Amino acid sequence: MWRWASLVLLLLFAPLAQAAPLGLGRAPTAAELEAWDIDVRPDGKGLPKGRGTAREGEALYQERCASCHGEFGEGINRWPELAGGEGSLTGDRPLRTIGSYWPYVSTVFDFLRHAMPFGNAQSLVPDEIYAVTAYLLGLNDVLKDEDFELNERTLPSIRLPNEAGFFDDDREVAEAAFWNRPVCMVACTAEVRITGRAAVLDVTPDTKSAPRIE
Amino acid sequence: MSPRLSRRLMLGAGGAAAVRPVAAEDDVIPEWSRTLGEGVDQHPYGKPSIHEKAVIRRDVGWLTASPQSSVNFTPLHALDGIITPNGLCFERHHGGMADIDPARHRLMIHGMVERPVVLTMAELKRLPRVNRIYFLECAANSGMEWRGAQLNGVQFTHGMIHNVMYTGVTLRTLLDAAGVKPGAAWMLAEGADAAGMDRSIPLGKALDDCMVAFAQNGEALRPEQGYPLRLVVPGWQGNMWVKWLRRLKIGDAPWHTREETSKYTDLLADGRARRFTWVMDAKSVITAPSPQAPVVGHGPLVISGIAWSGRGTISRVDVSLDGGRNWREARLDGPVLPLSMTRFYVDTEWHGQEMLLQSRAHDSTGYVQPTKAELRKIRGLNSIYHNNGIQTWLIRPNGESENVEVG
Repeated sequence: MWRWASLVLLLLFAPLAQAAPLGLGRAPTAAELEAWDIDVRPDGKGLPKGRGTAREGEALYQERCASCHGEFGEGINRWPELAGGEGSLTGDRPLRTIGSYWPYVSTVFDFLRHAMPFGNAQSLVPDEIYAVTAYLLGLNDVLKDEDFELNERTLPSIRLPNEAGFFDDDREVAEAAFWNRPVCMVACTAEVRITGRAAVLDVTPDTKSAPRIE
Repeated sequence: MSPRLSRRLMLGAGGAAAVRPVAAEDDVIPEWSRTLGEGVDQHPYGKPSIHEKAVIRRDVGWLTASPQSSVNFTPLHALDGIITPNGLCFERHHGGMADIDPARHRLMIHGMVERPVVLTMAELKRLPRVNRIYFLECAANSGMEWRGAQLNGVQFTHGMIHNVMYTGVTLRTLLDAAGVKPGAAWMLAEGADAAGMDRSIPLGKALDDCMVAFAQNGEALRPEQGYPLRLVVPGWQGNMWVKWLRRLKIGDAPWHTREETSKYTDLLADGRARRFTWVMDAKSVITAPSPQAPVVGHGPLVISGIAWSGRGTISRVDVSLDGGRNWREARLDGPVLPLSMTRFYVDTEWHGQEMLLQSRAHDSTGYVQPTKAELRKIRGLNSIYHNNGIQTWLIRPNGESENVEVG
């Protein structure tokens, strides 16, 4: 019913107004778009005009980022590591950093622009984001030249080492055995042994407030 | 009531009606039977009984660096049915809980659309609305258990899930009105919080069953859940259900944001990683008895649990009392809805015997919940996300329970 109504409205007023089908709302203003339309894609779409180098980003990083992420991107306490971890992805303690794991440089820019510094989000201007991004690429040995100018044209051309390390969800193929399989109901295993216990680690919080058996 | 059960209940009550109660008078006619209770309006917004004060969300302090970018857990061990009370729905924030004035909030829809539009909350509420019950599970739910049994409580092993009824407007309604341009294939959803959470969602999913919700369980969204507006992405990982939703942008390629590259990708043993693993596989867990909900006495025992699938409807749940050696089919009770939690029960008896409780979900696509060993064989130990393996609780002769693994 409503869709019919909107179709009728569309036919009647199509040349007139942008918001005709809803009959509600208004077009975004230029100021709203400038402030909100801040997403960036790997192909560079969405990158603002601007420039920065690793040399320019160093002071900014050390002042605004290093207290959590560490002087060398090593991460303080449980704050995220941003550098290091090359060759660790197949090991016992994989370290997922920009250099070892992230597929695209644009992600760094998009995230800085949306969420960093933690507690003072959306405070960096484009030149500062380019400079910090360049510095992070330097910490990860992706950019070797401290004076390389990162800008809206050069950023999409920089490739991260693990770009090819990702593939689309293949569970329905790789895990096809989980579908439509015979299900055993009786005497399915010969013997059941306990192989691991949470109590060994004893890391569960709030055990004092949990119910107790007296 | 079966004759056996009624006889047991009588015995449990003292054996025979001829025996006079020997308890103190307060237990025979307690004070709440003799004195007036509080009048209306003492609690204009009601809260649970003070005797339920332990039923709260809890966090795991060592898990995250700060409470603003952290998670807490739904107390599943103390809940029943399929609806999660609003105040107990687990929280996951990346930049703290935004406190938004709805009069100043607005939703922008733009990008590859014919008619970009900005809508106020009041305007959104003038559009045709729908009500849907869906589970929301964080892809990292049970993520601490990949290497072995670690946390002793279903709240912590499985509590990054909730199930509520949403009221809102379908994205089909909004995007049809905005007029999606030819060539569009993706949608970016973005939050208005200090994390500016942004995620790419295929346009097909957006138009299929996604919605923007302004209410949960009949009242306005809770601030923790994205007040005044959140995205609902049924059956898919919770991280995509952008809270404090301010913007939907239509495009022709994914954005590869931080949350869909450095996070929420599943690292396999060979060092490669699956990406865009949006669907939550079928999963189930026994919520009671469990480490936080011990068995309290011999005789009748209700084993209660939940099952859910991001691919469809729960068709069946099997329960084992002996660590997977023998299974029986559980009884599903209450609404059995697609992409919603489903409640199951096994009504049994317990006389102090050790038990190894497990549950195994089946869904309408024929998927059968795997064991943890089966999952690890394919995915290794480093994947963090999508651990839907079968959970085991050891029940000891004294009724206490522990999170264990069996082999």
